[in-house]
Amino acid sequence: MGGYISSQSVKKIIEINPYMLGTMAGGAADCQFWHRNLGIKCRLHELANKRRISVTGASKLLANILYSYRGMGLSVGTMIAGWDEKGPGLYYVDSEGGRLKGTKFSVGSGSPYAYGVLDSGYKYDLTIDEAAELARRAIYHATFRDGASGGVASVYHVGPNGWTKLSGDDVGELHYSYYPVEPAVVEQEMTEAVVA
Amino acid sequence: MECVFGMVGKGFALVVADSSAVNSILVHKSNEDKIMVLDSHKLMGASGEAGDRAQFTEYVQKNVALYQYRNGIPLTTKAAANFMRGELATALRKNPYMVNIVLAGYDRETGPSLYFIDYIATLHKVDKAAFGYGSYFALSMMDHHYHPNMTVDEALKLADQCIDEIRSRLVVAPQNFVIKIVDQDGAREHSWRRTTKD
Repeated sequence: MGGYISSQSVKKIIEINPYMLGTMAGGAADCQFWHRNLGIKCRLHELANKRRISVTGASKLLANILYSYRGMGLSVGTMIAGWDEKGPGLYYVDSEGGRLKGTKFSVGSGSPYAYGVLDSGYKYDLTIDEAAELARRAIYHATFRDGASGGVASVYHVGPNGWTKLSGDDVGELHYSYYPVEPAVVEQEMTEAVVA
Repeated sequence: MECVFGMVGKGFALVVADSSAVNSILVHKSNEDKIMVLDSHKLMGASGEAGDRAQFTEYVQKNVALYQYRNGIPLTTKAAANFMRGELATALRKNPYMVNIVLAGYDRETGPSLYFIDYIATLHKVDKAAFGYGSYFALSMMDHHYHPNMTVDEALKLADQCIDEIRSRLVVAPQNFVIKIVDQDGAREHSWRRTTKD
């Protein structure tokens, strides 16, 4: 088939539960299925322990599952973002079995491009709007250069009361809002030919 | 490429590891702690594949703790090393753990010790050990400057020399390093050597 864009409206941010999000990179089916499975396990934890699961715990559950399927062809590159008693938590989990705790990550084929923009603009004490704009810009630049990235740039915010969706902009429109087309100076206008 | 190295001094053992978490050309993190504190008087510096490193070291840590709960006394460093080697060997012909480990420990009866355990379950008790591309530089540095019964300052100076050599000569050198020490007062983080502040 070659390179084929089957959809420009895939939801790549998966809502695991009202206070935890997962991102999708790699195989869409694998990500969707295992995030849904993680959501089930998190709910079971809540019912068994009468309290919400921590982001550390949820990411470890997913990492252990993916580790047990190592070498069998799963393709998952995900970030688990959430809010628990210790505050905000962000983990990178992949199908190789790796799990990293961090304050910023970028995953997927376009990730090196996004890292460049993210690293140059990042400070720990950005406001929500500044952070959202930085994230949006990082995604846009990745979609500009990476052929396998594109469509819609979704931005979510995760706070003490759970997540909210901040924006979902088509990257084509973002391009023209960041780089508007300057009206060109017309040197010679075409006019009707003078009939002799 | 990941580097781990260690050496034994007078009444202590030192383990140094890089702190980069890398995926092909991307550095995801440069402050990842790869030296696990196994129990009060043991340190385990591990390098290897992403999932295997964390999973195997945590498995060993929990089993070492279980032994202590069951028997009321902690494992000796030698026993812990042999346990690890046994687990690596059992898994080797089916589902090998691609992890290389430098185990450092302090026992009251025998003092400090260092063990070299590689991914095919080789086990050696040694005075100095190193893994990774950095070992090409660290091993010769240590062979030249190491002597038995070094003080902490002498050992740190040697560790810094190794780190500097790795930084200047290795083509994709790791940015930051962590140094941990174990002596009669226990296993603890000593310091970091940073070039970036992730």
